[in-house]
Amino acid sequence: MSLNDLSLNDVSLSSTDPAATPPAATPPAAGPLSTEGLVQLLTPEGRRVAHPVYDPLVAHLDADALRAMYRDMVLVRRFDTEATALQRQGELALFAQALGQEAAQIGSGRALAAQDHVFPSYREHGVAHTRGVDLTDVLRLFRGIDHGGWDPVAHGFHLYTLVIGSHTLHATGYAMGVQRDGDVGTGDPKRDTAVVAYFGDGATSQGDVSEALVFAAVNEAPVVFFCQNNQWAISESTTLQAKVPLADRAPGFGIPSVRVDGNDVLASYAVTQEALQRARSGGGPTFIEAFTYRMGAHTTSDDPSRYRSSEQEDYWRRRDPIDRLRTYLESRGDLPTSFLDQLEAEADDLGQRVRTVVRGMGRPSPASMFEHVYATPHSVVEAERAWFEGYESSFLDGHEGGHR
Amino acid sequence: MSTTTVQAPVTTSAVPEPTGVQRLTFAKAITLGLRRALADDPNVLLMGEDIGKLGGVFRVTDGLQAEFGPKRVVDTPLAESGIIGTAIGLALRGYRSVCEIQFDGFIFPAFDQITTQLAKMHYRSRGQLTVPVVIRVPYGGGIGAVEHHSESPEALFAHTAGLRVVTPSSPAQAYAMIQEAVRSPDPVLFFEPKGRYWEKGDVDLDAPAANGLDGARVVRPGTDVTVVAYGPTVQTALKAAETAAAEGTSIEVVDLRTLSPLDIETVATSVRKTGRCVVVHEAPVLYGTGAEVAARVTEECFFQLESPVLRVGGFHTPYPVAKIEHDYLPSLDRVLDAVDRSLAF
Repeated sequence: MSLNDLSLNDVSLSSTDPAATPPAATPPAAGPLSTEGLVQLLTPEGRRVAHPVYDPLVAHLDADALRAMYRDMVLVRRFDTEATALQRQGELALFAQALGQEAAQIGSGRALAAQDHVFPSYREHGVAHTRGVDLTDVLRLFRGIDHGGWDPVAHGFHLYTLVIGSHTLHATGYAMGVQRDGDVGTGDPKRDTAVVAYFGDGATSQGDVSEALVFAAVNEAPVVFFCQNNQWAISESTTLQAKVPLADRAPGFGIPSVRVDGNDVLASYAVTQEALQRARSGGGPTFIEAFTYRMGAHTTSDDPSRYRSSEQEDYWRRRDPIDRLRTYLESRGDLPTSFLDQLEAEADDLGQRVRTVVRGMGRPSPASMFEHVYATPHSVVEAERAWFEGYESSFLDGHEGGHR
Repeated sequence: MSTTTVQAPVTTSAVPEPTGVQRLTFAKAITLGLRRALADDPNVLLMGEDIGKLGGVFRVTDGLQAEFGPKRVVDTPLAESGIIGTAIGLALRGYRSVCEIQFDGFIFPAFDQITTQLAKMHYRSRGQLTVPVVIRVPYGGGIGAVEHHSESPEALFAHTAGLRVVTPSSPAQAYAMIQEAVRSPDPVLFFEPKGRYWEKGDVDLDAPAANGLDGARVVRPGTDVTVVAYGPTVQTALKAAETAAAEGTSIEVVDLRTLSPLDIETVATSVRKTGRCVVVHEAPVLYGTGAEVAARVTEECFFQLESPVLRVGGFHTPYPVAKIEHDYLPSLDRVLDAVDRSLAF
């Protein structure tokens, strides 16, 4: 594109200080927030559009499969709502909503095979759900009783990583291990394994992400870089992270990339399926940019009204990923009332269970802080633990924490 | 590398199995320790910059890629964070990577991966995950090098829970300790005193490596002053003890060997006997290992101390230029001066 195109279309070039330019309510025609070249199978109005490359990858998804995705998205959103409410009630220290990103997460997550391995960031509750993680376990971290919360090996779903972008290297290294195990390119669908790293637009500025792309490329590692460009890294627009679409970076590393409408669950499924198949067959890494919108705040501690317009939020609310699939299914007569009634009851049950489980979560014993610092005994930790336990038991009432 | 074109290397090569007691350089002892670790466990990998055909800038991995192949002795891109980050991922898949950081001063791009990720993975998973990654760091000065090639950042890592930090002081220790480090389920920072790489010592290549990554050693018994050292300064301390002996002063030298965990009991036992303690390291003394040892010796031996614990080490300056580095490093004279001050107190 010419410089002229950029200066006309890219808001960040219209001022010497990009941060001073208020974000547009609608996507610009160029730059990292453009919607150019997004793979789309469902329009925002819920209309199915043909795509010569990706139609075959979703052809096997029948009405039951699409309803299952709809169910996933509705349940994850209910979870999101309940967790946010629990934070407001003081039951959680913090919560990071996935609101608005359900299609990107469920679409990609449902493309995974059991043997695949995921390295999430910290907002991938939808993917966690597709990996069989009990969503209440996700809240152990936000409740402040656990730094993890689930068995990462059993679910093929690593713990959340809060240091932005660090885990893209872990995913790449894990994929290099998959190669060494010979679990790539055998043609056995139960054996060939892919690894997926989920991260956001802000993470693409981290050096670790660039290093992960280098290691993945030169090793032809079976890893998929799934970048959810939700347009906001807390208060920073993607225009502060990049001048061009994020997906454009990958080819420079020798990694094929694709931009997908991340609010389109079908398209998200299709591009992920393509990337996973490439990885599992020995074709190496893929970079997916799922263009979506963080409809909620960064976390419950954030206040988006300080940095973005309600017009922009309204614009994206009208492109809600759940509404889109719902309209499509309704237009085909595939969303019977009986299904919706049952789903509503199921969501209510989930909400009830989230509230009950979270409120019933106990408090770890203070001495548990000394557990698992090392896998083998460490004399300093042992000595400090012994001192601490003696100190605790020196109080008259005896029981743990009783002096507080 | 391609998953299909690289053949599995033949590990039973024509290289004769090193055996018996041999006089080896410090560097060669590590080479043979790594070789044994690679031969003992097919999941052990070496990763680093220039470690393959070149054998590492110090030749510590010399010949190992030829013997074990490029899939197990891996030349990586020039990205330290990437090396450690991918080693973590490999560990989660069951591999044991031994990563070489080319020089001490180049570990900082990987500092985040080491301290926020590697150190905490076992803890945050409540023991479900282990990350047996070894990070070899040639450290210390005295070799006339340019900037960033002579530093001693060990305390930064010993300060971080979840990491084991060890440093051998002799070829025999290096041979044993590198094998133990590889076997450890915990992440290990393995600091190699590069200024001692070409010094020789007897190494029993058939000795079992099982003497623990825990525990200091009294390497020279004495009665008047305890000198605590580790890594490159152990030899300095031993020379000081020899010199002092000629003047009638008996120095007991304790080699810490491991900075995390810190074996204070061995040090305290010595100081309870001598009543005096001098700690020697190349790293700056401010907030350093010596400060930790001094605090703990004071707690453990307060009534036996005849003088304050003294520290001999680097100053609160960046590592100086090579032409004056020997004025910065804890020399024999500065150690003896501290011993004299301790005795005169």
